[in-house]
Amino acid sequence: MNAEIGKTTFWQTARREGGLGCACTGAWIIANAAAIDAAIAGTESVSGHAILDLGGLSRLDTAGAHLIVKAERRLAAGGATVERIGARPEYETLLELVTCDAARLVPPPPGPPWIIRFLGGIGQSTVNAGHEARDLIGFIGLVIVTLARLIVKPWRLRLTSLVFNIEQVGFNAMPIIGLLSFLIGVVMAYQGADQLARFGAQIYVVNLLGISVLRELGVLMTSIIVAGRSGSAFTAQIGSMKLREEIDAMRTIGLDPVEVLVLPRVLALIVALPLLTFFADIMGLLGGALMAWSSLDLPPRLFLTQLQQAVELHTFFVGLIKAPVFAMTIAIVGCYMGMKVSGSAESVGKMTTASVVLSIFLVIVIDAFFSVFFSMVGL
Amino acid sequence: MRPEAREAVITVRGLRNQFGAQVIHDHLDLDVWRGEVLGIVGGSGTGKSVLMRTIVGLNRPRAGSINVLGVDVLGADEDVRHAVERRWGVLFQDGALFSSLTVAQNIEVPMKEHLDLPDKLRAEIARLKVKLVGLPPEAADKFPSELSGGMRKRAGLARALALDPEIVFLDEPTAGLDPVGATAFDNLIKDLQQALGLTVFMVTHDLDSLYAICDRIAVLAEKRVLVEGPIEVMLEQTHPWIREYFHGPRARAALGA
Repeated sequence: MNAEIGKTTFWQTARREGGLGCACTGAWIIANAAAIDAAIAGTESVSGHAILDLGGLSRLDTAGAHLIVKAERRLAAGGATVERIGARPEYETLLELVTCDAARLVPPPPGPPWIIRFLGGIGQSTVNAGHEARDLIGFIGLVIVTLARLIVKPWRLRLTSLVFNIEQVGFNAMPIIGLLSFLIGVVMAYQGADQLARFGAQIYVVNLLGISVLRELGVLMTSIIVAGRSGSAFTAQIGSMKLREEIDAMRTIGLDPVEVLVLPRVLALIVALPLLTFFADIMGLLGGALMAWSSLDLPPRLFLTQLQQAVELHTFFVGLIKAPVFAMTIAIVGCYMGMKVSGSAESVGKMTTASVVLSIFLVIVIDAFFSVFFSMVGL
Repeated sequence: MRPEAREAVITVRGLRNQFGAQVIHDHLDLDVWRGEVLGIVGGSGTGKSVLMRTIVGLNRPRAGSINVLGVDVLGADEDVRHAVERRWGVLFQDGALFSSLTVAQNIEVPMKEHLDLPDKLRAEIARLKVKLVGLPPEAADKFPSELSGGMRKRAGLARALALDPEIVFLDEPTAGLDPVGATAFDNLIKDLQQALGLTVFMVTHDLDSLYAICDRIAVLAEKRVLVEGPIEVMLEQTHPWIREYFHGPRARAALGA
């Protein structure tokens, strides 16, 4: 069938008395559509009477039929009356099927110019961000109300789900968090020692390490990893359930999705993140101590003594107290984005990305607020 | 159609499908003739969809041969298979439209992949298909998630018809449609089938469809095609499941209509 391409002239026209004679020949099928379209485009519109001979057609499909209708329309545009001859009955049916208003085959205009769309986009995103903030605050309220109800009726807590989630977000995250914190400790110690060596103050690498890891880096690194690892998982899990109407099914059975799905995840993260932070602190210090020992010849005993002098207990707690707040932020954002999934599988992906970006953003913003607060109260 | 004039477009011989220990099909034989509408029926779990998926190459059978449009689809090399795939269209149960593309873009996907058409003509043909399957013009620029289930099916059919195939495979095309919509869909398939000379392979449970548009019915039971033939043959069967199926209250209602 492909042999016909290029060899056949699909479209012939000849002037005749009182108008134009046209003949469609060969296979008018979609595989030849590009060639046929080009051929009929060269036909000028005529006045008078045009005869369209379909007797030479060997095959016809919807695309071919569409092109015949298009050719007729082109001829008629010049004021000609078009007469179809020689069409087989089944071709007539097909032609009837594809005949429609030409306007509906034209794609809609692409809309306003890019600058308007760009500015409109900025406005739209601003409005959306406002709505997002409002909805998120509403969701936080909902979670807190549900939490309060749980305090009154503690037996409603889904213990199995809670424990399972603690394992997922806490225990299973230990290897990656341990390794990364260890490496951060190594890098900090190495870089710090390099700079401090210029003043002959290598010993202060312990102060640098102790304060930065315990106060900021431990909890921040842990939160960011957990946001990427568990916050995204929350969104994807709840989002898929939403897509498959599982959330709606829960509501009709009388289960509260916030109580069943959101609370166990929020509580699990509030339990797990401080524990992970503590673990990250230890691993970070361990990494730093090892580096100090191997490259600065600072024995572990000396490291510990110096650490005791450099770091007060409140430094450690200043870091740790942030963990439950970050945990709550990450879990609520993750669950909220999951609940917002709608329509298609694409939406799950979009919301998961949005969830990770927003929770990391919020974690860092809240951390900045904590810093301001602690410096105001003199810690 | 006279038997001697028949040309088989799909020939399945000795097909065996097995998932783990569970045998779905065993020694299944089936012929589909050119230009007919074949309805596949069978109870739940008899492997109607699996049969369809096996023929279109989504599921590799354990044994047997499948010949579609003169090509041994199991043994053919990539290029030959690709050429045959162009000549069939598949409508999945929920349309299976690509959710990130509009309906018109969905219909253009097979055309872009297989043909070299000017953009304008491709857009025209895509919109023509939207019209052919009876969707309103504005549906062309909507995303699948913005359409109802029935509209998604029509859009899926439009995509299946994008390349003007010779065979269309339909997986429960009228399931989940309201009776009016289902009848309209039946008529649409019949119209297209007659106008385009399509061969239709249709998995269905809809007795109205079976009565209204199927030339022939194949019943899957006992791991093979138990009976095949026009509706009259089905009505004479004594096999309990087939009797129950074609003589139950729903069947009588459909027959009476």
